[in-house]
Amino acid sequence: MSQNSEVVVHQEHVHEAHAHVGEHVHRDDMGSKMGMWLFLFTEVLLFGGMFILYASYRFIYSDAYKVAAAELDTYIGTINTIILLASSCAVVLGIVALQRKNKGLCLGFLWFTQACGAAFMVNKYFEWTHKIHLGIYPKGPALADMSEGEVVFFGLYYVMTGLHGLHIIVGMIFIGTIMVMIQKNKITHDNYQKLENAGLYWHLVDVIWIFLFPLFYLIH
Amino acid sequence: MANGSIAVPAEPKGKLVDFYKQESKHKGIWSWLLTVDHKRIGLMYLLVMIGFFLTAMTFGFLMRLEMLTPGATIMKPQTYNTLFTLHGVIMVFLFIIPGVPAVFGNFIMPIQIGAKDVIFPRLNLLSWYLYIAGGIIALISLFTGTGAADTGWTFYVPYSIRTTTNVSLTVFAAFVLGFSSILTGLNFITTIHRMRAPGMTFFKMPLFCWGIYGTAWIQVLATPVIGITLVLVILERTLGIGVFDPALGGDPLLYQHLFWIYSHPAVYIMILPAMGVVSDIIATFSRKPIFGYTPIAMSTLAIALVGYLVWGHHMFSAGTSDTSNVIFSLLTFLVAIPTGVKVFNWVASLYRGSIEVTAPMLYALCFIFVFSIGGLTGLVLGTLNTDIHLTDTYFVVAHFHYVMFGGMGILFFASLHYWFPKMFGRMYNEKVAKLACIIFVIGFNGLYFPMFIAGYLGMPRRYYDYLPEFQVYHVISTVGSWIMISGILLMFANLLRGLRQGAVAPANPWDSTTLEWTVPSPPPMENFEEIPVVTKGPYDREGLIESKVKHQLKH
Ligand code: HEM
Ligand SMILES: [Cu+2]
Repeated sequence: MSQNSEVVVHQEHVHEAHAHVGEHVHRDDMGSKMGMWLFLFTEVLLFGGMFILYASYRFIYSDAYKVAAAELDTYIGTINTIILLASSCAVVLGIVALQRKNKGLCLGFLWFTQACGAAFMVNKYFEWTHKIHLGIYPKGPALADMSEGEVVFFGLYYVMTGLHGLHIIVGMIFIGTIMVMIQKNKITHDNYQKLENAGLYWHLVDVIWIFLFPLFYLIH
Repeated sequence: MANGSIAVPAEPKGKLVDFYKQESKHKGIWSWLLTVDHKRIGLMYLLVMIGFFLTAMTFGFLMRLEMLTPGATIMKPQTYNTLFTLHGVIMVFLFIIPGVPAVFGNFIMPIQIGAKDVIFPRLNLLSWYLYIAGGIIALISLFTGTGAADTGWTFYVPYSIRTTTNVSLTVFAAFVLGFSSILTGLNFITTIHRMRAPGMTFFKMPLFCWGIYGTAWIQVLATPVIGITLVLVILERTLGIGVFDPALGGDPLLYQHLFWIYSHPAVYIMILPAMGVVSDIIATFSRKPIFGYTPIAMSTLAIALVGYLVWGHHMFSAGTSDTSNVIFSLLTFLVAIPTGVKVFNWVASLYRGSIEVTAPMLYALCFIFVFSIGGLTGLVLGTLNTDIHLTDTYFVVAHFHYVMFGGMGILFFASLHYWFPKMFGRMYNEKVAKLACIIFVIGFNGLYFPMFIAGYLGMPRRYYDYLPEFQVYHVISTVGSWIMISGILLMFANLLRGLRQGAVAPANPWDSTTLEWTVPSPPPMENFEEIPVVTKGPYDREGLIESKVKHQLKH
């Protein structure tokens, strides 16, 4: 697949048809992919800042962390992990399907990805509302009675899973836009870098969850 | 045009219309606001940025006026707090950090590498809009809510959580500006990797491009950390999540770590491209290739790399462990090495050069002098025991103005003079430009040098009042600010006059060797009629055909 895009690059990089003067529409698949990777790097660092906080406070409040983590629902966490892994797999299959000129199958896989994203968010919704119902939220009645370490743990829990959920939504919008473009044949079997970029983004969101899941749900 | 580095002025060849006059599908103001042309975007940055600079300069002027006499002179303490916060926020986030990359990186870098534009032109426009949005939010935060932020530009917790002023909005502005910065960095890295003209290897790039390249990496790698940190401050203020608030179990020191993990490298975001400018200018006006091209290029990367690991020197007195303090102090000293490499190479480039002191060159030379003072006093602050004495005094204020203003600020002015003919197709009055530079530098030293002494004697920073014994330094400093600001105003007036009635600039007024001088001034829409093939080093003068049109400004 990367060979494929290399060829395109050599053809397209040097010169490009100009729709309008002053509109520099270059097509450079390698460049586009590179830009995406750099962007993903920034996302890793964004979450990296919070992982540093997580680690530092785990060091300071190791006992409280264990108590607090026991409150989280491992089942929901596991189900969500499986959902995300399946969705990532579907994105890859979607790309392959498009490369094999099977537009319908590609869209099918992407629909499956969207469904997974939605299912993840629904689970998250029930998980959060249950916690909030119990009074475990910043400044909530139950949390107010807990120790400082637990307050910090749940603070991080809400911020990190919340930000991650936001990324899921952004990813779904991203993939949705791509699906429209596939539908309109703007993304095709020989011009699919945008789809690949959306896939990369989705994988990143997935990978971040792969770290969040054990850190919050599994280590007791 | 087979040879990219020959500096024959290429006069416009009829069908090449310069980018100001080029028709596009949008008309009037929209041909600017919806443009994806890197040159237009660069100019839009310039225009807005000068506005912000003058605003923040006015705040600085007012602060200095307040310090003329002890006690309340023209304002109350709360006003002073607000002023130094806004002055710092605007100068740092809206002027110094984006300054050289956004304006000159945009306008010049693509031409220097022989490209028609940056690789993601629409993203580039988005960056500009984010920059504007951030600026506007910052301004709105001034006049809405419960009063303008008073935390200092560092937004230290827990005060930034407790204060009732409008901190959340100001912090959000900084967050949006960070986004703009990230996207610009991402765009430039990819552009430099993918869009270089045939034959333009990495080691044939002008050093300005190296500076932009190093900076772009820092923008991408450091900015997200401050982004999330600032979001956490907002969440802490609105929801009370507890990650920074000591009352809830958070650790304020962690805030300081995360803040400086970005904000120290940000110092290098400011200075690296500026150091690239000075290399280009010195090579041009010494009429010889820059001495030690490779060491200068490599030291850029070395500064970017080591600069990443020194943030702890802002926290020597905050209660970090002795071990970490010693390590951070050592690493801080290490940064001085690549910086010294640069300074010595610049000086060596002057040696036996045929030096011509034009206005850009004068600014560049002043930079070397002023920046050396700033850099050396930085070592004083990097030393543990002296820092304990000097931290949070006027010594620090003097130091960072010498490096930031004396470094990036002066080089911003230098770039403005160096590339003015290219950007606007006109010349300014050279004599007035030099006069303005001299007034500026005298005022600059008058303004900031006394602060070293006052700080050493114990004058704390961020105070609107002081003991009478410090008055002599404050008076000198305030008078210095008047002189300096006159210099700045004269400089802008001269440029403005050049813009309207200066002589028409040739393609290569300075006899420079880099690619941007091979295209007409101002350049046509897509810069090159035909992408050049580069066969020579960026500063190679061998075989350089002396341009027939000698410096028009000299007559
Ligand atoms: C144009 C004329 C300028 C004047 C008269 C001026 C003056 C001042 C003064 C009086 C302070 C307050 C010192 C204190 O009480 O702690 C200050 C702080 C500061 N200045 Fe400037 N300055 C100027 C330009 C600049 C420039 C160009 C920059 C950016 C490179 C800059 C960056 C800062 C920063 C970051 C602070 C610290 C704010 C804080 O404490 O939160 N200034 N300046
Ligand atoms: Cu620092």
